[in-house]
Amino acid sequence: MVTGPHPAPPRGAPRAAGAPVPNPSAHRVAPEKMTGAQAIVRSLEELGVENIFGLPGGMILPTYDPLMDSTKVRHILVRHEQGAGHAAEGYAHATGKVGVAIVTSGPGATNLVTPLANANMDSIPMVAITGQVTASLIGTDAFQEADIVGVTMPVTKHSILVKDPDEIPSAIAAAFHIASTGRPGPVVVDIAKSAQVASTMFTWPQDLVLPGYHPVTKPHAKQVREAARLLATARRPVLLVGGGVIRSGASAQLRALVDASGAAVTTTLMARGALPDSHPQHLGMPGMHGTVAAVAALQKADLIVALGSRFDDRVTGQLSSFAPNAAIVHADIDPAEIGKNKAVDVPIVGDLREVLADLLPELEREHAQHGKPDLGAWWRQLDAWRETFPLGYDEPSDGLLAPQYVIQRVGELSGPEAIYVAGVGQHQMWAAQFIDYQRPQSWINSAGLGTMGYAIPAAMGAKVGAPDRTVWAIDGDGCFQMTNQELATCTINEIPIKVAIINNSSLGMIRQWQTLFYESRYSNSDLHTGHGTVRVPDFVKLADAYGAVGLRCETKADVDATIKRALEIDDQPVVVDFTVSRDSMVWPMVAAGVSNDDIKYAQGISPAWDRED
Amino acid sequence: MSRHTLSVLVENKPGVLTRVAGLFARRSFNIHSLAVGPTEHAEISRITVVVDVDELPLEQVTKQLNKLINVIKIVELEDESSVQRELLLVKVRADSAQRTHVLEVVQLFRAHVVDVVPDAVVIEATGGPGKLEALLNSLEPFGIREIVQSGTVAIGRGARSITDRALERVGRSA
Repeated sequence: MVTGPHPAPPRGAPRAAGAPVPNPSAHRVAPEKMTGAQAIVRSLEELGVENIFGLPGGMILPTYDPLMDSTKVRHILVRHEQGAGHAAEGYAHATGKVGVAIVTSGPGATNLVTPLANANMDSIPMVAITGQVTASLIGTDAFQEADIVGVTMPVTKHSILVKDPDEIPSAIAAAFHIASTGRPGPVVVDIAKSAQVASTMFTWPQDLVLPGYHPVTKPHAKQVREAARLLATARRPVLLVGGGVIRSGASAQLRALVDASGAAVTTTLMARGALPDSHPQHLGMPGMHGTVAAVAALQKADLIVALGSRFDDRVTGQLSSFAPNAAIVHADIDPAEIGKNKAVDVPIVGDLREVLADLLPELEREHAQHGKPDLGAWWRQLDAWRETFPLGYDEPSDGLLAPQYVIQRVGELSGPEAIYVAGVGQHQMWAAQFIDYQRPQSWINSAGLGTMGYAIPAAMGAKVGAPDRTVWAIDGDGCFQMTNQELATCTINEIPIKVAIINNSSLGMIRQWQTLFYESRYSNSDLHTGHGTVRVPDFVKLADAYGAVGLRCETKADVDATIKRALEIDDQPVVVDFTVSRDSMVWPMVAAGVSNDDIKYAQGISPAWDRED
Repeated sequence: MSRHTLSVLVENKPGVLTRVAGLFARRSFNIHSLAVGPTEHAEISRITVVVDVDELPLEQVTKQLNKLINVIKIVELEDESSVQRELLLVKVRADSAQRTHVLEVVQLFRAHVVDVVPDAVVIEATGGPGKLEALLNSLEPFGIREIVQSGTVAIGRGARSITDRALERVGRSA
């Protein structure tokens, strides 16, 4: 394999408008006669794809035959197509490469819709290859026919229907290019069965003709200068770091800017690990369950420099009262994000790595000319918030484990090189809060779409992409039951993930909202899986049935020993059932739709801003 | 709320109109009219879309449209620097007693009669929204049986063509 699976285009090099994008493959393949199916496999090989996740069916069956002979592409057979999609996402998250899922038409393809929507929201480079019914049958409601290009149009970056076998290599090459460049995202290549069985002349590389696709990576110098000027003169600056920094691989450049600017930093749910949590200027996560210091810093800032962050409603709270006194610098590779939610003073369109690389010398020039700003008062304020309102939790009164403690210990005992993958809900928020992230690509979760059931298949994909790293799925008992069939995939394919089920016997975040906003009326949020219940299912037995090691931990005294035992097992998946209290809640919290000024540090406790101002 | 006319050059490929229309629907952008047709270049189609939005959402409309891979170029055409036309076909009740009066209106608006039967005529007219509305108002008393109207198509005044540079991008040489 000569090239990486998603070779970056030459960054910033101006290209004549409209010239076909040169395909970056290093060697040429002389025209070779083969079937469309063989051309699919061969295209993946030429793109450097090493792992794909999928499940065969009638309309993709022709492709599974040559796939069997490929020595370069490893196919991992999942138990549900949704698992293939999330595994591809986890793989992409952990490696930065394009994740690939391959499924059949109709229900196989519709089962991929959730992962595609997830990848679209979280800007994950992903290509889905779906079989489609024979071209002449398209539109006849044929067996297992679904218009998957139509179905996925609103939730993908792009989609391509291929009926002509000659177009297979160019479609797949274009899909990889689109998925991995600009703002990354999912691309569907829907290939008719008739095109798979027909013969074609395969050639490589393919020139990509994408006249409407020109992502801007090089930022505008004037805007960068203006951003530097604002950052050099602000008295209460905050860097709002989003997932774009991780996608762009700009952590080192971010670190340099943080150090040079002296500004406060907050990393969103998508950006945990973009700057080490141990960095003294790091205030933690902003938003609905962010730290008081991070939320307050944004509210009181006179300058917010948003880097690859999209001012999501979970970050801003009530938009009209978000950061009322702040000038906004917004840098993003997607021009449509700039000004979409929050009016912007300095817009910068570009790849974060280039933006930050350009911003740093401009900032240093400003400092050299005008001196560094005095941020002493700001930091005294920020430190006071940090000291007064640190992240914390109460021991549960029912004597059961505190979920926060379990998650914190998993993080501490597994270390910063491990990968932590979460589902969605309370456990996800605690994992974002109570694990120290020290590097990018160590935290994987479903942020934008909030897909329950994400953790197990995504952890599987992450482990395939980073086999030498410990991979923990921090999962809820609700999430786990949505996708745990992939434990079979993990066992059979020797993908030894570790699963910490934070088992509070309920849909925990639903229960928390019912406690807070629905007078503790627990409508349909009890799952009967926890301590003192019928335990349906029994997660330890379930793990055993899947050929995984099942462990249960119910007391604080056993937590460390159980985690260590799990860490020692490296040849099998491990599932630990941590039965925790159901009354633990995620704090701090900004209720949905209210102002970030109304953050609650804990139930009934509001920070008194006026005293500190 | 104000009305804006966008000329959107797109690749002439299946499904592109769906992508454009779907984008408007899911982003809650309000389409007033939409017309699509070929251009002087076989590879490029042209969509003229009239939207009702304020200034800021208009920026979002064009940015989101630009994100569609098949969209090559978007140009807003201002009223004063462009020619904007709609096509109207209207079937009006016109027996022998009324026909002369109907034909007077037709002449006044420089419209044409394209079909005649003893008790009705079909009138064809082109023009901006104001003219067509005035025509319909004038025909109203005779009894309008049926109306069909196209979306607006628009072209910039002067010698410059918005398709020239877009064509380069399509890379005809390839």
